[in-house]
Amino acid sequence: MNPWINLAYLVAAILFILGLKGLTHPRTAVRGNLMGASGMLLAIVVTLFSQGILNLWLILLGLLIGGGIGALMAIRVQMTQMPQMVALLNGFGGIASAIVAGAALSEAVFLLNLEQGSLVGPGTQVFQFTVATFASGLIGAVTFWGSLVAYGKLEGITGEQIQQRLGFLTRGRQSGSMPDQEQKTEEKTEEQAGVEPEQAGVEPEPQTQEQTAPEPQTQEQTGSQATGTNGAPAMPEQPKEQPTAVEPAQEQKLMGQWQRINRTLTTKPIAKAVLLGICLLLGIFLVFVPTAVPIYWLIIIVASFLGWYLVMPIGGADMPVVIALLNSYSGLAAAATGFVIENSILIITGSLVGASGLILTAIMCRAMNRSLTNVLFGVWVPESATGGDDIYEGKTKSTSPEEIAMMLDGVRRVVIVPGYGMAVAQAQHAVRDLTNLLESRGTEVEFAIHPVAGRMPGHMNVLLAEADISYDKLKEMDEINPTFEQTDVAIVIGANDVTNPVARTDPNSPIAGMPILDVSNAKSVIVVKRSLSPGFAGIANPLFAADNTLMYFTDAKRGMLDLVNAVKEV
Amino acid sequence: MELSLLTALTIFVLAIFVGVEIITKVPPTLHTPLMSGSNAISGITVVGALLAMGAGLTFWTTLLGFLALIFATINVVGGFMVTNRMLGMFRRKE
Repeated sequence: MNPWINLAYLVAAILFILGLKGLTHPRTAVRGNLMGASGMLLAIVVTLFSQGILNLWLILLGLLIGGGIGALMAIRVQMTQMPQMVALLNGFGGIASAIVAGAALSEAVFLLNLEQGSLVGPGTQVFQFTVATFASGLIGAVTFWGSLVAYGKLEGITGEQIQQRLGFLTRGRQSGSMPDQEQKTEEKTEEQAGVEPEQAGVEPEPQTQEQTAPEPQTQEQTGSQATGTNGAPAMPEQPKEQPTAVEPAQEQKLMGQWQRINRTLTTKPIAKAVLLGICLLLGIFLVFVPTAVPIYWLIIIVASFLGWYLVMPIGGADMPVVIALLNSYSGLAAAATGFVIENSILIITGSLVGASGLILTAIMCRAMNRSLTNVLFGVWVPESATGGDDIYEGKTKSTSPEEIAMMLDGVRRVVIVPGYGMAVAQAQHAVRDLTNLLESRGTEVEFAIHPVAGRMPGHMNVLLAEADISYDKLKEMDEINPTFEQTDVAIVIGANDVTNPVARTDPNSPIAGMPILDVSNAKSVIVVKRSLSPGFAGIANPLFAADNTLMYFTDAKRGMLDLVNAVKEV
Repeated sequence: MELSLLTALTIFVLAIFVGVEIITKVPPTLHTPLMSGSNAISGITVVGALLAMGAGLTFWTTLLGFLALIFATINVVGGFMVTNRMLGMFRRKE
């Protein structure tokens, strides 16, 4: 390869590193991002001008399609949907890396057949190539499917809904059974319904597939298994050529089995270990027989199942960790592809991103006081919210916007603790108005942001920044916790578990040891919440019953608007 | 090609160290843009897609390259644009 091209790649790598460095401060962040983008542009342009690039028009078409879709996504996405967007992008990056590695393998085998192959170099070279190809395929496919599942979970699409939707496709047949299976049956019935009238020339009723579907099956059984549960004697004279049709009872049994397998794969970590084991075995095979290209795609298929079932059982509240981890994977897949095509820029960039994702994963795990294995494989069963009544009974005090306005009049320092509930209620702008109002009266207002306040690392900061709240008011947990003692009023909006003192006091609680915001140290605490219902952890929060806490039972947005009006009138 | 296993490993490990050093300095406020931005950078695999397509050895590899190119470009363009949009929101008053 042309040394100038490698030099340009080096410049691109430097731009990426400086770009990431720019992200260490909001002031330099925009410029940093632009540096990263120009590094990417440089890498792409230089590659296009490297010798022997064919298919230029096709490449431009691909760039146009991908760029168009990407731009559309970036423009249309709402800030609350950012986790979904990042999940999707992670997945796309991952699968792209896996496909590139697969293409490189096909290329190498093709060249080998022409006896000018790169697969016949010195031993380590081939070893590096095959191991990296395997790694890229495995990680890439896991990232893609894992990300798609994470996307679905964040969008609130549950497994049941998917099944219902697919059930709708099959026009209500056997609703609630496994989607894959159903889809296959659907294809079959369509095929049969389409073929049947032509061949038979009688009973052209393709529109009622529920009825017509069993017919070819019975016909087949006259030849093979004479069971005929439905006994439809439609056309016994013409045995059809549909050996794939499955008899309904058998179909049911298959589905029962599939559901069992599905459940095992979802709940049992060992099943995932088996899937990974299969991948590794296939990978070892590939290392020894690098020309077995189909094995690579088999690895991709098994790894796809692995990715799907890895993320499937993980709850929505743990998605921040999952996204951060998949972020890391997408980087590692790119790095592995760099080893495959022996391209330094891919290795450098991939490992930068891999490191970034791993650090964020660690931060999120620490914020929830859980290990990564616990998040990935531990089944998080929320306790039923018993005991809440005797904690709350007669001790909670409710308040009104007017009373809060009086309290806020002339105080020195107010800390607002936002939770995801605030974002869901779209109360950010009302919160900003309250902030501005209080500041105009000389009150110091700051925001206490718990690391898991949003749906991904740093999500809450973006949501507040979107509402035009100055970033220097957004304080992280360790920074703001010591200041609660000098705080006159702490306002908790839509947050619950991250303020629960039980995390400190009760070692048996599900959130034991989780770092929390010390709101109870403030002179007064106001909790804006619709009811006393528990948060994700499913446990009661003694903060609500504390002496210095007032409950303001309302919808977050409505409540903030009322409060702003009340403060104006004071 | 010319990148030996040892050289590649050296680059890989050193880059991870650089990554850790820089990323730990990114404040939590900017963690979401960091994720989308680093995500965009990981779309560098687009270079691999271009090379696969550009070599155009067989129909199959060209097709794979084309698919990878589309996925990677979504990743790159979507990532950088959305990061830019987000960072534009981080303002400081006064």
